[in-house]
Amino acid sequence: MRSFVQWTAPLPNGGTSEETALVFDKSRDYRLLVLPALFDEANKLRHLTVEVMYRLDLSGIDCILPDLPGCNDSLAPLSAQTLAGWRAAAASAAEQFRATHLLTVRTGAMCAPDTLPGWRYAPQAGARQLRSMIRAQGISAKEAGDSFSAEEFGNAARENGANLAGWSINAEMFAALSDTPLPDSELLIEIGQENLSGAGLWLRAEPDHDPEQADAIAAAIAVGLLQE
Amino acid sequence: MNSEHATENTAAESEQPKGLAPSRHEIDTQLRSILCDVLGLDADDVEAFDNDTGLFGHLPELDSMAVAGLLTEMEDRLSILIEDDDVDGEMLETYGGLLAFAEAKSIES
Repeated sequence: MRSFVQWTAPLPNGGTSEETALVFDKSRDYRLLVLPALFDEANKLRHLTVEVMYRLDLSGIDCILPDLPGCNDSLAPLSAQTLAGWRAAAASAAEQFRATHLLTVRTGAMCAPDTLPGWRYAPQAGARQLRSMIRAQGISAKEAGDSFSAEEFGNAARENGANLAGWSINAEMFAALSDTPLPDSELLIEIGQENLSGAGLWLRAEPDHDPEQADAIAAAIAVGLLQE
Repeated sequence: MNSEHATENTAAESEQPKGLAPSRHEIDTQLRSILCDVLGLDADDVEAFDNDTGLFGHLPELDSMAVAGLLTEMEDRLSILIEDDDVDGEMLETYGGLLAFAEAKSIES
């Protein structure tokens, strides 16, 4: 049975913020913390992510999907968040929810605590996602008849932050996402899009769902866990 | 008569030596497949796109973020590099414009 609970996320400024988590929680042995995709991909992959959790619940696995500060229903401003802050929040969520395993979705892999074993679905580095967002910004600018240089935009964003395709990203977050490579992880098994049928739902112009892809991701995790 | 010519052309195209840029037909097929994935349409619907079919500015779901995703996916699947300066309204406006752009980029790479 799904429910929403509150958890306390640490903030970069030393304070805390009450955040929501969507949970399937029956205090079972296996407890999977799910770190969602970021920015626009979070919207496009939310349905798939929750469907994977629903399937894992039916397989006897607890799942926890926390809102990171500044994301989804969070009241904390996105413009005040940092990548290091999100990593600390994810580690804190892992502890508060007593997670035994981890699933990251797309750029969510950048926030993974390095202590939990698990999986990462189609991980991508922050720089790659920023590139698409900068490109979108450039297309809008040119459509409006303004000139646009991706390089100049990137340099300015490193200095002053930016409103990037509608997402308010501060200078520290922009630089960290640009410069931090996708972490190497021996604890996390990659579930690549090539292991699923069809193309990634993050490509879709509108949020969409594909039950077969949810089945395949959930199966990879359930089989992996229940064989332990 | 016409059908004989068509057969000859197809045969000639398929004999293209390996190592050359992908044929127009291959790029066309790839590009339609990417558009299927981005627009969430059936292959049959996208198959009906012709050179004049309107894209950016014509399909409401194809906003700037979706177009950015489309360009990134074209880079991956067609093994091309798209510079931001390359991107203008004309290449994005119609299917024919996008296809011509993809072909030109494939030859460059």
